[in-house]
Amino acid sequence: MEEDLENRGGACPQLLDLIPNESDWMMAPEASGGGRGVGGLDDSEDKKLELKLGLPGVGGGEEEAAAVLCLDFFSKASKTTTTTTCTGARRRLFESAESKSEGPQQEQQAGFLQLQSRAESGNEWPHKAVWAGGKADLQQSHAAPGGAAGPNTSSQTRAAPAPVVGWPPIRSFRKNLSSSSVKPSVGLENDNAEMKQKFDNNKKGLLVKINMDGIPIGRKVDLKAYDNYEKLSLAVKELFLGLLAAQRDTPENENEAAKQAFVGLLDGSGEYTLVYEDNEGDKMFVGDVPWDMFVSTVKRLRVLKSSDLAALRLGAVSRKRTATES
Amino acid sequence: MTYFPEEVVEHIVDFLGSHRDRNAVSTVCKAWYQVERLSRRNVFVGNCYAIRPERVMARFPWMKSLGVKGKPHFADFNLVPYDWGGFAQPWIEAAARGCPGLEELRLKRMVVTDDDLELLARSFPSFKSLVLVSCEGFSTDGLAAIATYCRGLRELDLQENEVEDHGRQWLSCFPDSCTSLVSLNFACLKGEINTNALERLVARCPDLRSLKLNRAISVESLNRILARAPHLVDLGTGSMMVNHHTEAYHRLINAFLGCKSLRSLSGFWDASSCCLQAVYPVCVNLTALNLSYAPAIQGDDLIKLICLCFKLQKLWVLDCIGDKGLAAVASTCKDLQELRVFPSDIYGAGTTAVTEEGLVAISSGCSKLNSLLYFCYQMTNTALVTVAKNCPHFTRFRLCILDPGKPDPVTDQPLDEGFGAIVRSCKNLRRLSLSGLLTDKVFLYIGMHAEHLEMLSIAFAGDSDKGMVYVLNGCKNLRKLEIRDCPFGDDALLKDVTKYETMRSLWMSSCDVTLGGCRALAAKMPSLNVEIINESDEADEFQENLSDLHKVEKLYVYRTVARGRTDAPDFVWIL
Repeated sequence: MEEDLENRGGACPQLLDLIPNESDWMMAPEASGGGRGVGGLDDSEDKKLELKLGLPGVGGGEEEAAAVLCLDFFSKASKTTTTTTCTGARRRLFESAESKSEGPQQEQQAGFLQLQSRAESGNEWPHKAVWAGGKADLQQSHAAPGGAAGPNTSSQTRAAPAPVVGWPPIRSFRKNLSSSSVKPSVGLENDNAEMKQKFDNNKKGLLVKINMDGIPIGRKVDLKAYDNYEKLSLAVKELFLGLLAAQRDTPENENEAAKQAFVGLLDGSGEYTLVYEDNEGDKMFVGDVPWDMFVSTVKRLRVLKSSDLAALRLGAVSRKRTATES
Repeated sequence: MTYFPEEVVEHIVDFLGSHRDRNAVSTVCKAWYQVERLSRRNVFVGNCYAIRPERVMARFPWMKSLGVKGKPHFADFNLVPYDWGGFAQPWIEAAARGCPGLEELRLKRMVVTDDDLELLARSFPSFKSLVLVSCEGFSTDGLAAIATYCRGLRELDLQENEVEDHGRQWLSCFPDSCTSLVSLNFACLKGEINTNALERLVARCPDLRSLKLNRAISVESLNRILARAPHLVDLGTGSMMVNHHTEAYHRLINAFLGCKSLRSLSGFWDASSCCLQAVYPVCVNLTALNLSYAPAIQGDDLIKLICLCFKLQKLWVLDCIGDKGLAAVASTCKDLQELRVFPSDIYGAGTTAVTEEGLVAISSGCSKLNSLLYFCYQMTNTALVTVAKNCPHFTRFRLCILDPGKPDPVTDQPLDEGFGAIVRSCKNLRRLSLSGLLTDKVFLYIGMHAEHLEMLSIAFAGDSDKGMVYVLNGCKNLRKLEIRDCPFGDDALLKDVTKYETMRSLWMSSCDVTLGGCRALAAKMPSLNVEIINESDEADEFQENLSDLHKVEKLYVYRTVARGRTDAPDFVWIL
């Protein structure tokens, strides 16, 4: 773009009215010193030879390494010479990779890896590569960032696109409508929800409300302070033990009974059970999903009397799930 | 002009409905400004941060209907952080103080709390209609307040909101004296509903024409409701889980037989093919049908249903309708104007959903088509060219190829030519969403031909700044431009900064704009709010420490007469 500006020089006013007629359009880019990136059909050769040292304003080195991890999905093995086989968004990164190794750009075939949004990736490209839906070859490329231009496996079948934040552009409630009850898709849905949560949650901590049956005042617990369910369970006990004991209006030795109430919160064996409401409004047992997934989807917690569980909408949840299977 | 009587101007202005016309009239001279502002009844604020609510109330004291939009469109896809803003509170408070005669409020993508709803319910004695679209922050307690205090409420329309469930009592809060409901939509609520209260409410509201239930309402309950409200024009069913052999099913058939006025159907949660027969009697009169929550309805049963709906103007389906189903639509629904095909299996390895063939079939059969939202796995240039030729009346064309950056599978070319054909052929195109592999060329075409384009959504497209510049220079009527993951940087952003004053907003995320570029924009254009949304962990530290070269994750620029905003969270910097 720098070259373009130099060539245009004082022609800025022209740029404000760039569209007199089509022929001028087609002329202008070529006149401007090998205009980069205009309409790939004729300029493929030029593009291939063009050197691009990475995204503007960022040191070339790290971006080139990162660029190697950026792979595009092609529906069939593509040996075409046009460089239009990758998104414009990726092309410039490819060009930087190409300055190291010519040619193999066309051979990038793999399950589609659509990495995280580019701007926020920066140094985070390696992490985001993990989102590539489990394709082994992609993970190899992740492990060897110095390698040239990614794996060369070609793929004729359309592979599952790896989740990208905000893609496809549909509302969250539509993402749950897959007609089969395939568990993997549920997992990926939660991944996407997790991605959403990563952006939605402030780094300040994740405070969620927690109420306990029989105790009128609720508490709030910071889920970021724990990293597994055991610790959460202990924390719940600490929050409510005093209140429960006071509630029961107990002499001292009954404190043991109050403590006992918090045993088995997670496995349904105790007097109380810990449940939560997730971002879809469903009530779920705590402990079913991996901790990270739980943290990213939980909206509030409740400590319920185990004997009351049957009466609740937990039944409605399982009904909903089977309904889509029928 | 001094001898042109104001009464005459008033009389003339009264005939003006459209905002555009009225806005134009108000700029003629001070006298006309006064006449117009006192006579405007419908006020629409497209961006809640473009102006302070008090100014709106002061200018239009006699407004009856207010519409406000908050978050940018990409918030629908989780690109805008949860607490970015868009609070309804200042608007409702200002209206309560300045325009107590308010009768209708429509909010989209805003944060509405229960307190806001209670204030709303108590402050406007003539309040008639509340429409909340894609909002969040409230619970059923807020709805209870609306039900309790809004005497004479005619419309409560909740579309796709995130509502916290605090119990089912809210519906019982409609007093027995409430008989005025015309439209009630609570389809987005996740919780249980007091069905007795609902049935009684429906029974005592003879003017009820639009009713959209939520998934918690069973078929049995639907039967009872339909028995009491046979004059419904627009119905959203609850759960349609029902067994062929039950009495409930037979009653359902009878219930629909009784609904002679039904023109629009939606809902169909948990619906399977066996419940479709019940709906056959109403199909012949249907003008709108939404089956997009019913993944189990597909194949021949779906086609059988479609073939009865020859008056259909609006159809929303899932892509499991397949190309074959779309062909059936094309041969049956000659009046079709709006089609939306949603993806049903976005994480799967792609069962054959719909392809370009389905779209081509639709275009050849439904020449009146003017609004399209189409999710598919592939598209070809040839198909798009054909579609453009067959359907020159598109005003809204949104194509989403689920694999970002995917080329034409037949030719391996980008889809520039296909979209180019669309913008050339559809002279009234107002809204366009692009996808697939696209170079700067498509933007050249858009800039050249899409004269009336008002909203453009771009993702994973383009090669260089030129792309964005073509659009900004060419589309004279552009109002909203939203871009994600494109190689557009500071040069494009700063090429023509005055353009943004003619637009409502610009969104750029994961592009190549830097902090320096944004700062330059903010410095040159004080009439714009330049918001940077930075959610990464380092963002807390200190804006000053970040160099101008720092890439901006998310940029939201909008024109405003209210400089800055006081409610921005920490991670939003207004330059």
